[in-house]
Amino acid sequence: MTTNDILHETYSALSANKVRTGLTMLGIIIGISSVIAMVSIGNGAQSSIAASIQSIGSNLVIVTPGAQRSFGGPQQARGSAQTLTVADGQAIQSQVANIGSIAFDVTSREQVVAKGTNTNTSITGTTPSYTTVRNVEVDDGNFFTEEDVASSNKVAVVGPTVVTDLFLDGSEPVGQQIRINNGIYTIIGVTKSKGGSGFSNADDAIYMPYTTAQHYLTGNQYLSEIDVSAATADDTTQVQNDVTTLLLAQHHISDPTKADFSTLNQSDIIATASSVTGTFTILLAAVAGISLLVGGIGIMNMMLTTVTERTREIGLRKAIGAKKSDINTQFLIESIMLTFTGGVIGVILGWVISLVVSKLGIIQTSVSVSSVLLAFGVSAFIGVVFGYYPARRASNLNPIEALRYE
Amino acid sequence: MIEVTDITKTYQSGDTSFQALKGVSFSINDGEFVAIMGPSGSGKSTLMHILGCLDTPTSGTYFLDGKDVSTMSDDALADIRRDKIGFVFQSFNLLPRTTVLRNVTLPLIYANELPEKREADARAALQSAGLDERYYTHKSNQLSGGQIQRVAIARALVNNPTMILADEPTGNLDTRTGEIVLGTFQQLNETLGRTVVLITHEPEVAEHADRIIVIRDGVIVSDAKNYKKRKVEHHDY
Repeated sequence: MTTNDILHETYSALSANKVRTGLTMLGIIIGISSVIAMVSIGNGAQSSIAASIQSIGSNLVIVTPGAQRSFGGPQQARGSAQTLTVADGQAIQSQVANIGSIAFDVTSREQVVAKGTNTNTSITGTTPSYTTVRNVEVDDGNFFTEEDVASSNKVAVVGPTVVTDLFLDGSEPVGQQIRINNGIYTIIGVTKSKGGSGFSNADDAIYMPYTTAQHYLTGNQYLSEIDVSAATADDTTQVQNDVTTLLLAQHHISDPTKADFSTLNQSDIIATASSVTGTFTILLAAVAGISLLVGGIGIMNMMLTTVTERTREIGLRKAIGAKKSDINTQFLIESIMLTFTGGVIGVILGWVISLVVSKLGIIQTSVSVSSVLLAFGVSAFIGVVFGYYPARRASNLNPIEALRYE
Repeated sequence: MIEVTDITKTYQSGDTSFQALKGVSFSINDGEFVAIMGPSGSGKSTLMHILGCLDTPTSGTYFLDGKDVSTMSDDALADIRRDKIGFVFQSFNLLPRTTVLRNVTLPLIYANELPEKREADARAALQSAGLDERYYTHKSNQLSGGQIQRVAIARALVNNPTMILADEPTGNLDTRTGEIVLGTFQQLNETLGRTVVLITHEPEVAEHADRIIVIRDGVIVSDAKNYKKRKVEHHDY
């Protein structure tokens, strides 16, 4: 039998009952397309989460104060302690290698009033380097300068959300004055939208010199966060370790487990987030995989029916000289053809689904070549696995009984 | 050349065994037209399966063209069937919804004949079987019983077999059509020198052959030349 003969036989067998062939193929089509679509949506979610973490800053190591552990009595929340000082920050700046830039932060939440409107927003007192460390860009006006920090000037840079909340008439915010906690501040700049949302919305914030925030808002000398940006992504771990060692020494703590601060590495956050989304992708793919399995069982069911229906034909083929292997090949190729065609259509459909999801702006999906190859491989594999048993049954039929079969 | 010596066939089912053939011997020369006749249960179907290499005897030897086929493996028997035997069945067994030409070509596919030679061979076989050329591209389910059986005969002929083994070929046909089909066998035997073995339970059918072997209860009760051969006059199909 030439390849051409086998293909001809397969085609005529599959086209003999088009509805049944189509329905059986549908199982595989749904299975494959959902695997492709789910994996692409999972990948899309993964890269969009990674991108939004990336937008927090570049190669960031964040130092936050730890909780003050007192003996007995109610314990305070982590981060609430007042252990980080400007001296700590300066020590990091001068002693830790491979630092790109460093920002000292004082955060607070205040009621902000302007021309009869008011809003409640987060105040970040920081240094001008904040713009590079946290990827903040100024859209209108300027960020404050080192001089502003040195002289604790009452200047503010506001986020776009604050602008819409405070200046309902759409007037130019730069140059206007706002009142925060009984102090009058002049707006000198508006940041570009970062599109964040939820608890840490970078657009719903007001930035001012940290000295100003310490003077007029918190009233103490402590920092609520030190943002260290490593020179390159590969340096973040080293910077994190050096910062930890340095601060332990600064704070005279010998046991690292009792540190009164904690450090957070941006690449750790990305790794954690991608492992979460990775798990989700696997979950989605597993659900889709089950539908693929069901599709495969559908193939086996159809092939068994076909073998029974064509028992006399199998008997005849054997009588005119077909060997076991000929019959086996014929039925195996039939089921592989079925799953392979279903696989091709499924890949196209899955691709279309993920394109539609992208176009609708739900999530930016990405179909990976590996998932397409995997889907093809799996569909051919299913064809072999679920076609094997029916094909064996066909090839093992006794020709005499097969010819007599009614 | 077919030489069958002391063939037995025993079917075992659980504790009971049934001997369908109890020592059968005969030989058939090339170019003979032989009818094997017997009532149902006589063992003629079992004999036909063994002669057609669909089954092997429990004991005894069967030489086909000098080769002992009584102990061959399934795959070796498949090769023998492909090269030396052409089957014609009572129920035709054509592939449904398939053209006449494709049906006749089927054995050639398994014989690995070159695709470009197949159609010419199939046409030649169909011509020998007496089917009009305009039916060659018809689907098998668009033909009458007599035409279908002639397609089946062409399929049996196409591989140039040593023997054409026809199992009740007229069983599903009316008398007139049956006569025509038997006439086709006679013609193949007389003009082309084909060896034809006809299995039947009807004496009228058996009488179209040159020699009749009668089998009953697993043994041959008579094996003689048929002196009153019923000759079918040439029909213009």
